[in-house]
Amino acid sequence: MEFYVDPSRCIGCQACLKACEECDTHRGVSMINFDFVDRAETIASAAFVCWHCDNPTCAQVCPADAIKKYEDGIVGSSLKPRCIGCSNCVLACPFGIPKLVPQYEQMMKCDMCYDRTAAGKRPMCATVCPSQALAYVTPEAIAGRREKPVNTFRFGQQTIATKVYMMAPEGTGAIAIDVADYTWEGEHEAVPQAF
Amino acid sequence: MAKPPRPIDELTEQYGPHLHYTPPGGWQGESRNAATLVKTHCCFCGQQCGIQLKVLDNQVTGFEPWEEFPFNRGMLCPKGVKRYMQGSHPDRLLDPLLRTADGFRKATWDEALDFTARRLRELQEKYGRDAVAVYGGASLTTEKAYLMGKFARVALGTRHIDYNGRLCMVSAGTAYKGALGVDRAPNPWSDIAQAEVLMLIGANIGECAPITTDYVWRARDRGARLIVADPRMTPIARHADVFLPVRPGTDLALLLAMLHVIVRDGLVDHGFVAAHTTNFEATAESAAPWDPRRAADVTGVPPEAIERAAHMIGESRRAMLIHARGLEHHSKGVENCEAVVAIALATGNIGREGAGPVMVTGQGNGQGGREHGQKCDQLPGQRSLTDPAARAHVASVWGISPDDLPGPGYTAVEIMNAIHRGEIKGLLSICFNPLVSLPDANFTREALEGLEFFGVIDFFLSETAMHADVVLAGSLQEEEEGVTANVEARVIHIQKAVEPPANARTDSAIVCDLARRLGRGQYFPFREPREIFEELRLASQGGIADYYGITYEKIDRQMGVFWPCPTLDHPGTPRLFEDGRFFHPDGKARFMKLEWRESGDPVDEAFPVYLTTGRVVSQYLSGAQTRRIGALVDQYPEPRLELHPRLAEQHGIKTGDWVTVTSRRSAITLEALVVRTIRPDTVFIPYHWPGDRSANRLTHRTLDPRSKIPEYKVSACRIEKAARPPEWAARRAQLVEGGRA
Repeated sequence: MEFYVDPSRCIGCQACLKACEECDTHRGVSMINFDFVDRAETIASAAFVCWHCDNPTCAQVCPADAIKKYEDGIVGSSLKPRCIGCSNCVLACPFGIPKLVPQYEQMMKCDMCYDRTAAGKRPMCATVCPSQALAYVTPEAIAGRREKPVNTFRFGQQTIATKVYMMAPEGTGAIAIDVADYTWEGEHEAVPQAF
Repeated sequence: MAKPPRPIDELTEQYGPHLHYTPPGGWQGESRNAATLVKTHCCFCGQQCGIQLKVLDNQVTGFEPWEEFPFNRGMLCPKGVKRYMQGSHPDRLLDPLLRTADGFRKATWDEALDFTARRLRELQEKYGRDAVAVYGGASLTTEKAYLMGKFARVALGTRHIDYNGRLCMVSAGTAYKGALGVDRAPNPWSDIAQAEVLMLIGANIGECAPITTDYVWRARDRGARLIVADPRMTPIARHADVFLPVRPGTDLALLLAMLHVIVRDGLVDHGFVAAHTTNFEATAESAAPWDPRRAADVTGVPPEAIERAAHMIGESRRAMLIHARGLEHHSKGVENCEAVVAIALATGNIGREGAGPVMVTGQGNGQGGREHGQKCDQLPGQRSLTDPAARAHVASVWGISPDDLPGPGYTAVEIMNAIHRGEIKGLLSICFNPLVSLPDANFTREALEGLEFFGVIDFFLSETAMHADVVLAGSLQEEEEGVTANVEARVIHIQKAVEPPANARTDSAIVCDLARRLGRGQYFPFREPREIFEELRLASQGGIADYYGITYEKIDRQMGVFWPCPTLDHPGTPRLFEDGRFFHPDGKARFMKLEWRESGDPVDEAFPVYLTTGRVVSQYLSGAQTRRIGALVDQYPEPRLELHPRLAEQHGIKTGDWVTVTSRRSAITLEALVVRTIRPDTVFIPYHWPGDRSANRLTHRTLDPRSKIPEYKVSACRIEKAARPPEWAARRAQLVEGGRA
């Protein structure tokens, strides 16, 4: 089973936000990042979990070595005894995922419901999501979708591979936000595009 | 007199709605590891999603998704996730209440029930049997709904019983009954995923039936195309291949124009029409004058878009037309639905996988609650109250003479009208909050204030219950076993997870006890819901909605049983009309004459803007339950007025400004939300709130002449920037502070 995120399917219902705080490891605190994109212009909304990077920026910048990536590729919340609440991770994460939770004086973020996934259950958010914009399914199941999974992101000079996949138009090689990634600059690797 | 005994604000302070945020035992308490999981269903909308409730020490402390239940496979909307917050809610009524000079006091059950029985009897002796009416609700289990119908007709002998499904499914029900002979969505939801073309009309499924979205995506993954007709760009409309931004109140013109194109361009399935239908000419004649160009002027939808939508459906053998309240809440709601059915019939899109017209039932037991005698004109099994054979059958099951069965009574809004004019003097209400949910709320308040006796069975003190003489503390859905029928007419099993807390009692025990005190106990010997269900099976036997072959155990084994299910070895009927036979005696479906008419509250120079009302995903119906759950209230705390920047600019309105909306009934002041996701000639207000922020203060009491559904989806209004915030805004700030503290 892998985790797939498709903001185009998000209906803005926020069941994920509500369900996340019911998860036993962090009851009462929701780790979902949710927003309406620009409500004045569109009804579009997006819910995200942590992308669980192969080489997590949050862990790289942590001065207290409080953020660990586990064998199964899941990047945990900060370790409470170590976290000094400095917010380096909050500022450095290119996806804007970690949050400093004031009531615990600790960085907390999505841990992909490790207590549930370790026991063979699906994460709470992806289980309840009524439009399956957040989905935790097999690669075979996701292959039947119109959109296709991508887990390479480019942020300027930084290329990031993630455990969690973004659903994108078929043929999309990587998710890039910098126009430079799409331009011809001699022999360098440009991002393949869906068209 | 049924005026609230104290000012509403003071009653609200005592009885809520208060905002409840924390599960029993606290977020870090023992409840997190609660031992028992009870497989049951959500108490809210007609999707009736499967869910497992966590139970500890007779309290529901949380939930686990129920992934094996086939309809929703673990999926839930935010209301389902937070539904468990009700049982432990501080506003929960734990004792019967009797009204006093300055409020309510706790009473014993003997006191409260004797008083209720005595007052009902006194009024009937003084004014006649029909001076007392009963209101039921479509969130009740089918057993309770059946019991209310029997209670009204056998214990009280009144002909006036109706239910809040009158505000929900009756336009669709009347149309399907008339055209197809049965009031039910003809297809199981799994068919949606198999369709090639889906048309959603007046169905904001992303917010009002969220689980259905996944079925639409699955169809699209297989290449299906999507047509959406709605005055707003709803979450699902964002994905439409064809978006038809129809002007409120003009759906019929849109549908007639689609029929016009289907006939004109040879898209009619003449073989099917000839073999399986009658009266096609009437519909064809009705559609003849409605060329897309004329319809465009009326509907505000481009003619090319209408042509495209008609061709997509007409050229497909797997088209489904899915509709909800946006199509049905009109004074021509029945015609609107008949037009949808006509498109399906004309193109032969019915009775097969992935093909059919489908209504999206809204309330929790909106389907089951309308099948077994809670409607003013029906007996159990979807039988007609005027059919002598039906009367004889049900009377024999009930052990009474058919002559003692009252005839059809008033519908829900007509009952309130009769109360207002003094014809009905007493009301017993369960599961209904008419002060918020009926149109023209000031009229409803005046009516309630004139009642000589008002009794309420409820688990929270709703805004309507504040007017009561007696409040009988009843049960939540998870406190009594029973069945409901979901949106697909799949009969499912509601498990009892906990006992009613403190001195609250189960609804059916209250009603049976009341019947005994009215001297009719011999007809209400039920000790538990299973016994009611056994009688219901017999009463429905041979009817359209035949439950005879359904048992609780069979439901558990099959994960639900679709009715009709006439025998114990019958598997149930997920899809209707597969043999080309419809439920009329001649086996044929009927086309209807479809006549255009204006809405009951037309726009003019003084009221130039269309007002349409609807829902948000985090609230359910009148909010009697969901306005008490903190996490749901935080998501969308107060009604806002949605309007387009073009209209906003004319009035100098920006997002966050206070705007006064005035209709021919009343005015309310709300915060503006300026968005490009609504037609520029239309404003939208969600209706879940009471008092001076209630959308239903603005709506009108025009009814569809056949279904008697109110026209919530179109009123005329004007808007202006307000000079100052309304009073409710200050009161609201206090309530939120109090709730968090």
